[in-house]
Amino acid sequence: MAVEARTLAPPPGLKVAEELPDVIPARKPLKGFWGVVRRRPAAALGGAILLAMIAVAAFAPLLGTVDPGELAPSRRLRPPSADFWFGTDMLGRDLYSRVVYGAQVSLVVGFSVAVLASVFGLAIGLVSGTVRWIDGVVMRLIDGMMSIPPILLAVALMALTRGSLQNVVIAITLAEIPRVARLVRGVVLSLREQPYIDAAIAAGTSTPMLVIRHILPNTLAPMTVQATYICASAMIVEAILSFIGAGVPPITPSWGNIMAEGRALWQVKPTIVFFPAIFLSLTVLAVNLLGDGLRDALDPRMAKSL
Amino acid sequence: MPLLEVDRLQTHFRTPDGVNRAVDGVSFHIDKGETLAVVGESGCGKSVTAMSIMRLIAEPPGRSAGEIRFEGKDLLKLSEKEMRKIRGDDISMIFQEPMTSLNPVLKVGRQIGESLRLHQGLGRAAAEDKAVEMLRLVGIPEPKRRAGEYPHQLSGGMRQRVMIAMALACSPKLLIADEPTTALDVTIQAQILDLMRDLKQRVGAAILIITHDLGVVAEVADRVVVMYAGRKVEEAPVNDLFADPKHPYTRGLLGAVPKLGSSLDGEAERLAEIPGIVPSLKKKIEGCVFASRCPDAEDVCRQFAPALEEKAPAHLAACHFSNRDAAEAAA
Amino acid sequence: MIAGDQASPEDVEKIRAGLGLDRPYLIRFFEWVGQILSGDLGTSIFTNMPVTTMIAQRVEPTLSLMIVTLIIAVGVAVPMGVVAAWKADTWVDRSAMAFAVFGFSTPVFVVGYLIAYVFALKLGWFPVQGYKPISAGVGPWIQSLILPSVTLALVYIALIARITRAAMLDVLGQDYIRTAKAKGVGQRRILFVHGLKNAAVPIVTVIGIGVALLIGGAVVTESVFAIPGLGRLVVDAILRRDYPVIQGVVLLFSFVYVLVNLAVDLVYVWVDPRIRY
Repeated sequence: MAVEARTLAPPPGLKVAEELPDVIPARKPLKGFWGVVRRRPAAALGGAILLAMIAVAAFAPLLGTVDPGELAPSRRLRPPSADFWFGTDMLGRDLYSRVVYGAQVSLVVGFSVAVLASVFGLAIGLVSGTVRWIDGVVMRLIDGMMSIPPILLAVALMALTRGSLQNVVIAITLAEIPRVARLVRGVVLSLREQPYIDAAIAAGTSTPMLVIRHILPNTLAPMTVQATYICASAMIVEAILSFIGAGVPPITPSWGNIMAEGRALWQVKPTIVFFPAIFLSLTVLAVNLLGDGLRDALDPRMAKSL
Repeated sequence: MPLLEVDRLQTHFRTPDGVNRAVDGVSFHIDKGETLAVVGESGCGKSVTAMSIMRLIAEPPGRSAGEIRFEGKDLLKLSEKEMRKIRGDDISMIFQEPMTSLNPVLKVGRQIGESLRLHQGLGRAAAEDKAVEMLRLVGIPEPKRRAGEYPHQLSGGMRQRVMIAMALACSPKLLIADEPTTALDVTIQAQILDLMRDLKQRVGAAILIITHDLGVVAEVADRVVVMYAGRKVEEAPVNDLFADPKHPYTRGLLGAVPKLGSSLDGEAERLAEIPGIVPSLKKKIEGCVFASRCPDAEDVCRQFAPALEEKAPAHLAACHFSNRDAAEAAA
Repeated sequence: MIAGDQASPEDVEKIRAGLGLDRPYLIRFFEWVGQILSGDLGTSIFTNMPVTTMIAQRVEPTLSLMIVTLIIAVGVAVPMGVVAAWKADTWVDRSAMAFAVFGFSTPVFVVGYLIAYVFALKLGWFPVQGYKPISAGVGPWIQSLILPSVTLALVYIALIARITRAAMLDVLGQDYIRTAKAKGVGQRRILFVHGLKNAAVPIVTVIGIGVALLIGGAVVTESVFAIPGLGRLVVDAILRRDYPVIQGVVLLFSFVYVLVNLAVDLVYVWVDPRIRY
């Protein structure tokens, strides 16, 4: 009908208001996959890099690599060439193969720590936020743990055990759990003030049911965001642990280990340090970009506070 | 020449789901020393109009077009620096929320003194003295002590008095008051209105008061502009508007006000309400903006937007039928 | 393990008794707490020196590094965050925040090597490695600290700048900022007089929390730049499994961390008149 109206002339004698043009040109709303990419280019870039890294780690044997541990003293410290794309290290091992296999360690550590710390942190946070007497005990413990910087805590824990991939994951997870527990507890406490939770209690919902049905779903968005940040931070901590000699055993080609080995020679052969460094930074960057995108999309309140 | 002439002001905002035409072609003027009230429901664009005059609309996402002539100068064409000289000096503003409109970490004396130091070049001590004097003028007891306090140490009514002191410190020619009493208790409301009227006489400022409260309008205004969905639908001297509203929306607004004593007569009269909701401003509205809620709307209303017409001396309304109503009433 | 592979059972027993490992756990724990309270952190297994003496020898470089880093970081990050918030969603804001994400994503030692490679090896502006004590003169001292401090500051800058931006964005949307604009206050005054003081609480908080990052980063930075500080001490101790030293340094760092955050609580009162203890 509105279209018809334009074609009709107003009845004689009717005074019609003048129409003013729009001040701001209209813009098409961005929709669909490419809309998301256009609106959050950084997160899309992060996702793409991360997928590429996962592919590199998963298909490492297929990517023109040789045995990353193969020693060949005769061809030590070669510069990058057609045969050795990134050159060789001081034991003649192919740096390209080592860096590609190194992706496996970083990603495994990053994802395992993110998942484990989230699960344990979530459990502790939920219980602590719901049951008052546990809260007192657990929070004092967590305050104590949080007074030790996470890297130092991981370092101290690693000093107590043998260097292995498993121990590295455990040490970093333990160092990260307090942060998650704190976050979840905070969400639970603020939810408890909500009128609809009171309503659920008044309606006779049991506490475990209340936690599962009403509180847990609300913690998932901030948790997911936090998990990506933990993943990024775990990869950095792993590299630092390896770098100072308290991480995965030197025989494993992890980015931190490769850099630790290149340390003594970095002034003459900086490539040994820089290639793993670039891969590590790119991967962590990708996870962080993805985390920022998730945060903006899932949790507008947190986006404002961080 | 009127003090302020707003001519076909449009202020639009870009939002994620389309352009919001918050103010779309509003014109009015204010003479020296006059009090003009702009009334309408929340979301009708009255606050955006005030913010546009002060040029406080963030750009992007917002943008204003049209002309806002203050003493003949188009404010929309001034540089930011020139505009800053006018804000707080020639034109100043009081906001709705006295609780949040004062900076919590600065002492109130300093906040009042700030505009004096900026616009009148007073030194720190002189500005402080003048601030204390302003506090006394707005009726705050122990002004010297209060000037050294922080906003959280004052009550809501006192904070609004501080806001008024701040706004009047440089003797502005125009004071814009955006819902100045809405957030206050009823008794404090009356005090603040009295204060504004009293100070207006002393300073000689014109007042543009934005409100949804017709009681406030009746109390302070000389003339009234009624806004609906970003447009001006009616404008009239205050007594004419209350006596003989020409636009169906204005009639609806007046019907929604409880009349004193109406329930005491034993015959509890139900408050009339305006059915329906304000149309979305994110779509271009065809025809009259009020057609979707108007009890008397006909097809022509939904197709053609009515122009503002002078229905009685100095009384404008944008309705195709208000003349007919008048004719019918006469017949 | 300490005695070596060829140690006889008697040797091991002697070392265990010397370390007090033959007595009950609980007694050893309380003895340990008592020792720490009296300022005794034990004796290094490796060097046989008191841990407190070893720490005392290493405090100056680490303290210097941290203070210079703190000054650089706050000096850069706060204005950066403020400007990013002011220019929100423009290219200025985006580049500042991109820089911050890079800062978060690049491990300290990567930054360290990169900076050392460019500014020390290639350009030769600064010494590649090493530390000059302040007693050798302020000039050489600062020269030896610039690269390590910038390295360590990067992640700290990223953290503070992000929080500063978020806090300022929050503040700039407040009614009292609109009031200040309506008074004709200029942009710079709005940001630094009306805005920053209101945003100070979260910023100061994150500066305190970020000291944890500094401590972790110092451990690595000292290794990269061969600075004989507490970080190096603890790394060497880990490699030698010298537990009393590890424990002593971790305790000291935690103590400093708690102390800093206590100081932060006191700063709140000073920046925000609404907070009273």
